[in-house]
Amino acid sequence: MRYLPLTGDDRSEMLKKIGVSSIDDLFKDVPAADLNPEIDLPRHMSEMAVERALSKMAARNTAAGSVPFFVGAGAYKHHVPATVDHIIQRGEFLTAYTPYQPEIAQGTLQAIFEFQTQVAALTGMDVANASMYDGSTACGEAVLMARRVTRKKKAILCGSLHAHYARVVETMTQYTEDVVVTQQAQPANPQAELDALIDAIDDETSCVVVQNPGVFGHVLDLTPVAEKAHAHKALLIVAVTEVMSLGMIKSPGEMGADIVVGEGQSIGNGLMFGGPYLGLFATNQKYVRQMPGRLCGETVDSNGDRGFVLTLSTREQHIRREKATSNICTNSGLCALAFTVHMSLLGEKGLRQVARVNHKRAQDVKLALSAISGVEVLNSAYFNEITVRLPGNAADIVEKLADKDILAGVPASRLYPGAGMDDLLIIAATETVLEDDIAALATGLKEVLS
Amino acid sequence: MSMNTQGRPTAAVETDGQSTAFESFSGHRGLRLAEPLIFEMDREDTTGVDVEEVGDFDLEIAGLGRDSKIGCPGLPEPDVVRHYTRLSRKNYGIDMGPFPLGSCTMKHNPRLNEKMARLPGFGDIHPLQPISTVQGALELMETLSHWILELTGTPAVALSPKAGAHGELCGVMAIRAALEARGDAREVILCPESAHGTNPATAAFCGYKVKSIPAKDNGRVDIEALKQSLDDTVAAVMVTNPNTCGLFEDEVREIADAVHAAGAFFYCDGANFNAIVGKARPGDLGVDAMHLNLHKTFSTPHGGGGPGSGPVVFSDALKDYVPLPYVVKTADGLTLKEHADDKDPSMGRLVAFHGQMGMYVRALSYMMSHGSDGLKQASEDAVLSANYILASLQDVMTASYEGPCMHEALFDDRFLKDTGVTTLDFAKAMIDEGYHPMTMYFPLVVHGAMLIEPTESESKNNLDQFIRSMRGLVEEAKSGNVARFSGAPYFAPMGRLDETQAARKPVLKYEAAE
Amino acid sequence: MIKYSEDHEWVSVDGDTATIGITDYAQNALGDIVFVELPEVGATFAKGDEVSVVESVKAASEVYAAVSGEVTEINEALEGEPALVNSAPTTDGWFFKVKLSDAGELDDLMGEDAYKSFIEGL
Repeated sequence: MRYLPLTGDDRSEMLKKIGVSSIDDLFKDVPAADLNPEIDLPRHMSEMAVERALSKMAARNTAAGSVPFFVGAGAYKHHVPATVDHIIQRGEFLTAYTPYQPEIAQGTLQAIFEFQTQVAALTGMDVANASMYDGSTACGEAVLMARRVTRKKKAILCGSLHAHYARVVETMTQYTEDVVVTQQAQPANPQAELDALIDAIDDETSCVVVQNPGVFGHVLDLTPVAEKAHAHKALLIVAVTEVMSLGMIKSPGEMGADIVVGEGQSIGNGLMFGGPYLGLFATNQKYVRQMPGRLCGETVDSNGDRGFVLTLSTREQHIRREKATSNICTNSGLCALAFTVHMSLLGEKGLRQVARVNHKRAQDVKLALSAISGVEVLNSAYFNEITVRLPGNAADIVEKLADKDILAGVPASRLYPGAGMDDLLIIAATETVLEDDIAALATGLKEVLS
Repeated sequence: MSMNTQGRPTAAVETDGQSTAFESFSGHRGLRLAEPLIFEMDREDTTGVDVEEVGDFDLEIAGLGRDSKIGCPGLPEPDVVRHYTRLSRKNYGIDMGPFPLGSCTMKHNPRLNEKMARLPGFGDIHPLQPISTVQGALELMETLSHWILELTGTPAVALSPKAGAHGELCGVMAIRAALEARGDAREVILCPESAHGTNPATAAFCGYKVKSIPAKDNGRVDIEALKQSLDDTVAAVMVTNPNTCGLFEDEVREIADAVHAAGAFFYCDGANFNAIVGKARPGDLGVDAMHLNLHKTFSTPHGGGGPGSGPVVFSDALKDYVPLPYVVKTADGLTLKEHADDKDPSMGRLVAFHGQMGMYVRALSYMMSHGSDGLKQASEDAVLSANYILASLQDVMTASYEGPCMHEALFDDRFLKDTGVTTLDFAKAMIDEGYHPMTMYFPLVVHGAMLIEPTESESKNNLDQFIRSMRGLVEEAKSGNVARFSGAPYFAPMGRLDETQAARKPVLKYEAAE
Repeated sequence: MIKYSEDHEWVSVDGDTATIGITDYAQNALGDIVFVELPEVGATFAKGDEVSVVESVKAASEVYAAVSGEVTEINEALEGEPALVNSAPTTDGWFFKVKLSDAGELDDLMGEDAYKSFIEGL
């Protein structure tokens, strides 16, 4: 077997040195009846054979890059420069462990320090951690942190928080003291939805969670939410599922957020059928010690040279055990590195430019679809994603367009089944969408509707 | 014959021993390159990408434009490649040498796995695409599930947890859901003293109090003490097996029976499953729930701290509570169950999408490459190598428990007594020998722990070289050469770092000097 | 009057107010202190309650109240300079002051000599 370096002779010699006669003497603590069970699985395969078998499975999927592609709702297809994948495949990054030995892990540590700085800047917050599993779990962690900070229990989730994020928050808090109130989504009336949220904030509230842009694509000013929340000593948590929007839209920090969570996949990371992705988590300096997750900080070495280490670890499970701020142990290290490399290529200038292309494409889609009779666009303010009302069942229409090799978007009913949204379709348009793709979408939709 | 007339010396010249005594003009020291932060490279107005010009147009963003400076520099592509390549050279990875970090399983990461995960049919598909366009992805998840169930001898698996600790959360939530479904409110989870920190943290996350159970002198759970703690307030017992001392819990069936007799559930922390893949099946041993770390046992890369992947297997008693979403077979092919209906006892959703697909592909690629025979051989080689190290070092270092061990060998610091060298110093001196240190000060049940896990990826030659280095270091410590240890590492990219300063005055991001 | 607890706190009593900190023995055992989490002024607690957390780089230790009372003042200097606990545990490194609710509890604590022999026996 190509991954196992020991030879038969090596094994015999080693057993001799240990002083046993067979390998199973080393497994003598395993109950004899349970040792060496019959395993009904194929035997080892060559590299070529594995590649052939897996390629066959892969070929049964429609790759985003092979068709006109408008699917978003929490994961976005962006162009990731080739440099990014090259860097993260370097063995020194790919095959390193968590940097607990900082003298031989400065590469990882300095990259995390750069990542934390970039995320803090993008979100408009003081500090960011080294990343979490994904945006949804970061959102759940933020709700738990708000309880620790405010010592209050009621969390209010806005209706346009991605349905999966709301479900994850509910799951994560089902056995804690938190009480989660999820508001009704109003895809056609974002301002009414926001007003209802503001009305719901009271002295019992620990936090409000608002997504911007919302899952239906609406961009909103959250300043009034922050004001009301702060007047009631509650925290404003802003969730950002499309970080590319931070290159165009006023940052959550500038709108008064106390915690910002986000899905960082858009920068540096491919779609990967939903994972691995990376959760972003940023907050204000005064809440640092209540943060979950890993943090990297600056220090000096024995020669006085600047270096970086993991720090404030007493918040974490390996030291604090049942009193830790979270049970989280990993970060999304390599995904965060991909984010940082891509962000270092983009810079502020590139980010703003790409964001403009995204917004322009969404405008083009909006124009093209508005011209189709029976199709209504629900958004007036948006970034790269809009929601349209179709004269028919959106899921059926998406299937018919998929048959034409057009992936038109996410039917709202896939996220909100039974909520009366069967005719709504969420459509994303990034810089990877070409004019021809938009034409194909419009033509295809017209054909399906006729 | 034409001759090169530019003759030059090709042998080293005497340097009077002052070769390292000067500062270079650049701040670099040969291949030891000093590298600034990207924020110090003064490139605020540049970018390393070419973006299409879209010209002027009116923004439809309700006047909420980002007018203030963001503060992220962009660098030309050559600078970015060079910057991160230089940083990478300050890291140690499995690709560079043995990485005997106990409990973490730093085995070889095959590059075939990387190639497979990047096939467009896996890497470039969206989690919310129509189900009809991702049948191959669901087939991969289904195939991976089949391999996992067969290897663990259990009836159900939840793939979606994002890491080991997340898998623990999933497992303990299922236990609580099952208990609540039978109207049985229990308050306590029992964990051995040697447990990973995530175990008590997870129990607390699910609203349970944690009680510790002691170990016997032979490093295994004290089953008599366990039985005394088991009553109708105990929801579950969390035991790592093989345990964190690298030992198999030989009374595992008795533990399972006692736990079940008390109406509680047996959670097994599967962090060390790599020792017994193909040799024993947790399902046969009475386990109710166990997470797997795909990044340990099944070779998906650690990536400097993640991402991980932590599928959880369940017994019949717990299988109804698995989280959403999961793959379901229908007449038309495979589909995903993404939403709970009223009767569905599922614990709910743990992640935004379907879990770590990229890791599923890598793990399956690893499993198929090994096959049932290779997976068993890998476990045997890992255990053999650890015992070889134990046998080769126990005369000079102090082994904490009698062998045989499983995939890792545990030593403590008794052999360093009166040398003035600590476990930490000893570990840092290993860096100078070109190795990543072993796990130290864990598990907490022995003093100054040193946990060595060679994995199956090392050749005998590598193991022998490692053993020689370790024996040399022990001799050096015992001979009183304290400075070699207390000042270590000497040959690393940096000297020992001041963690106290970092924690007292946390600097968590770059800020330009005033 | 200075009294000591078995959890290595010192209690310096002045009238009905007590100043509380951790002993030199404790700071030495904990190593470099990097953070002290202090209670809020006005908080009340009973003897044995968890009132504070002392953190070194690799450990966090809870401090349990040696006496019952209400917090009247906290040592804000520790926020910027936790190292005071190491350099001057019994003077500038004090934690907080309390208004005693039961002066009788002081009788349960040790005097200086008793504490000295207590730590010698550890």
